[in-house]
Amino acid sequence: MGAVDLSIWAKVNADKPLLSVQGLSKNYGSRIGCADVSFDLFPGEVLGIVGESGSGKSTLLSCLAGHLAPDTGRVIFETAQGPRDTVTMVEAERRKMARTDWAFVHQNPRDGLRMGVSAGGNVGERLMAVGARHYGDIRATAVDWLGRVEIAADRIDDRPRAFSGGMQQRLQIARNLVTAPRLVFMDEPTGGLDVSVQARLLDLLRGLVREMGLSAIIVTHDLAVVRLLADRLMVMKGGHVVEQGLTDQVLDDPQHSYTQLLVSSVLQV
Amino acid sequence: MYVAVKGGERAIDNAHAWLAEERRGDLGVAELSVAQIRAQLSLAVNRVMAEGSLYDPDLAALAIKQARGDLIEAIFLIRAYRTTLPRLGASCPVNTAEMAVIRRISATFKDLPGGQVLGPTFDYTHRLLDFKLAAEGEAAQAATAPAAMEAVPHVMAMLDRDGMIEAEPLGNDVPADLTREPMELPGSRALRLQAITRGDEGFILSMAYSTQRGYGRTHAFVGELRIGAVAVEMEIPELGFAVEIGEIELTECETVNQFKGSKTEPPQFTRGYGLVFGQTERKAIAMSLVDRSLRWAELGEDYTGAPAQDEEFVLMHADNVQATGFLEHIKLPHYVDFQSELELVRRLRAEVFATQEAAE
Amino acid sequence: MSDQAYNFAYLDEQTKRMIRRAILKGVAVPGYQVPFASREMPMPYGWGTGGVQVTAACLTPDDTLKVIDQGADDTTNAVSIRKFFQRTAGVAVTEATADATLIQTRHRIPEAALTTGQILVYQVPIPEPLRFLEPRETETRKMHELEEYGLIHVKLYEDIARHGTIATSYAYPVKVEGRYVMDPSPIPKFDNPKLSNSPALQLFGAGREQRIYALPPFTHVVSLDFDDHPFEPSKAPHDCDLCGAGESYLDEVITDDQGGRMFVCSDTDFCRTRCEAGHLGALGVPVLKGGA
Repeated sequence: MGAVDLSIWAKVNADKPLLSVQGLSKNYGSRIGCADVSFDLFPGEVLGIVGESGSGKSTLLSCLAGHLAPDTGRVIFETAQGPRDTVTMVEAERRKMARTDWAFVHQNPRDGLRMGVSAGGNVGERLMAVGARHYGDIRATAVDWLGRVEIAADRIDDRPRAFSGGMQQRLQIARNLVTAPRLVFMDEPTGGLDVSVQARLLDLLRGLVREMGLSAIIVTHDLAVVRLLADRLMVMKGGHVVEQGLTDQVLDDPQHSYTQLLVSSVLQV
Repeated sequence: MYVAVKGGERAIDNAHAWLAEERRGDLGVAELSVAQIRAQLSLAVNRVMAEGSLYDPDLAALAIKQARGDLIEAIFLIRAYRTTLPRLGASCPVNTAEMAVIRRISATFKDLPGGQVLGPTFDYTHRLLDFKLAAEGEAAQAATAPAAMEAVPHVMAMLDRDGMIEAEPLGNDVPADLTREPMELPGSRALRLQAITRGDEGFILSMAYSTQRGYGRTHAFVGELRIGAVAVEMEIPELGFAVEIGEIELTECETVNQFKGSKTEPPQFTRGYGLVFGQTERKAIAMSLVDRSLRWAELGEDYTGAPAQDEEFVLMHADNVQATGFLEHIKLPHYVDFQSELELVRRLRAEVFATQEAAE
Repeated sequence: MSDQAYNFAYLDEQTKRMIRRAILKGVAVPGYQVPFASREMPMPYGWGTGGVQVTAACLTPDDTLKVIDQGADDTTNAVSIRKFFQRTAGVAVTEATADATLIQTRHRIPEAALTTGQILVYQVPIPEPLRFLEPRETETRKMHELEEYGLIHVKLYEDIARHGTIATSYAYPVKVEGRYVMDPSPIPKFDNPKLSNSPALQLFGAGREQRIYALPPFTHVVSLDFDDHPFEPSKAPHDCDLCGAGESYLDEVITDDQGGRMFVCSDTDFCRTRCEAGHLGALGVPVLKGGA
């Protein structure tokens, strides 16, 4: 029912990148959003993009996810029918992909949830969008997913307004992952939450990433998030990628002076 | 034995007769003539022409009489009549720079070529009820001056010459006609202006007011407000040139708004535009503010979520004939739908009671 | 009989041609909302201007017109629209469903089965079935274009989650020929099954919203539902107190202030025909054919 068996897919295509980004640039007038970004993301891999606010990481993510049209560059996604440049896709295709193969977790859960719709309806929407028409099955799947993000089953008919910030964020994650997307974009998924709530959410995300073998791109300014979740890391400053590599490598042995500054400022805390 | 309600037809006929009687009112009071309405309630006539999109003071006055002074109802009558008129052709764009002005003011310059002409305005009257009018309304003759022969230049043209205001070059595009084609969004500026000029005065006023209060602020100055008669010309294909077919009174307002620019792009003021049939300056000023507010995307400004920046919201709700019709239709019978709701709620209530009983 | 000051059926021929083009497009793409340049009509928006324009564009001098509102021929708005066409088109009018070639309706589909050659014109207040889920026209048009209909099922899901059943009882959304989700106008869902495979041409006109859409004869129309919560047409669980009909949609009539009520057919022509044929409900009295 739309859901792709990721493990099989990953085996078949493990040597081909799932997403290949080439020379991506976006300017706002004379101001640089992001400049000449290129990277490959392989199936099952989690890429972290870090930088301070204004570094271009959110612009980059918006361009990758098709929310913003880049000025130049290609974003090639390995679709079921082979590699396709999502920048030049017609919007119909891109939106279809956004509700099947892709998922997007917003920093503010209000942007990613329907606040007037119950938790169950929020989780069920993607299922129904790809053709699920059995109420009982949809509800059972919603219950299962609420459980996986540690929301009690008896909250299924409550609206997200009645939830705490952390619960809203977990609900948004469930809503996005329910159809087993092949690629998940996350924009500061732990931003705006209390530290204790952040820790719990991170723990949950790590579990889901491992369990589902998710491919994901996570934008954050929080190095603790990437340390825990990301296989690889890209450091951005002023719209440029200044350093990239394996997460442990970059964090333990930063080469670029800016990365050194970032890492040291975290360590001091 | 019950007999279902009948006699809708007779009820309607009787209601219409009663309405006609109420319209006429007390027979001891002289009947109001269309000429009186046209001459003495001319601002009401102007509003009906503007929102009815038909320049015909006599018909507008008739509509006001028939509508018992309900201006939206009168506008509705005019619109319904207008829709039956054949379209013979389109006039050339009117040249408001050649307007024979009866009023012309600029808030941006103290004095300027052509001068400040107050004209017949309420602006500086004291809003005190004039009880003398209750007795008799004869007015003293106002002082006159010889009419100026030369045209009064547009303030905007003066700013334009210096490059101080964004250029608005003449285009050759034939604008879409709101009354002949369905409104497609996003619309062009021409389409928006058409919708606003026939939009409800109260709605456009409130939208404009909201921009002044910070919901989509555009820092507007009235560059120029002018009221007067302009010639309407039409190209006659057989002749190969335009001939004057008549004259209409218009109110035009051009606002000078917050400037745009950057280090590389020299800053310029931007424009808002209002043009309305008749002497209708509140509407024309409001129109120019709303026009400017809706131009945020084209001018590279931020969308702040203000209602007056939302083209779809403004254009879909500005028309009072649409709005009043839909609003008032809820007084039509809806009992078939209500019946189905009644059944549903009864069933749901029964189920809840059953569940409660089962639980007890 | 027709008023010579106006063109046949009020609208000028150019306008009628424009509307016919929209109707043809609607017939060609069943369920798709065709924008059209709706004209101001001499009745207010929301009172049937869309239906009136469609009717005006379809009427010929040989037509026989029936107009109903809430199923009844004698409701005020039905009377007013019927009179309008009597005056401006001079066409024959009838209350008998079977005798009409064109029926304009608000909120009901007649009980008597329609036949080939008949046209049923619906007055539509809000043509967009997704409107109350997504207020933006630009967005809903895109949703139709991309067949993004998940949201409307979310609405049905929410109904079941909250009420245990789909709590939409009129203007119940349908899917046309497996493609477009369509608002059938505010008919009670009891009428929804009659939309499908009808031998009549069904036209929908929304004047204020400037949309026309159509169901050509024998179009397959499905009311949206879930496999385990199938669509159920419903009505008051009574028989008509006048004609005894058990299968017709009923109006509830309050008869006193002590809670007294009775149920009568909403379709007045259907009820009268049955009464004249000798059927009798619990509170009915025998009727002599031809009227008393």
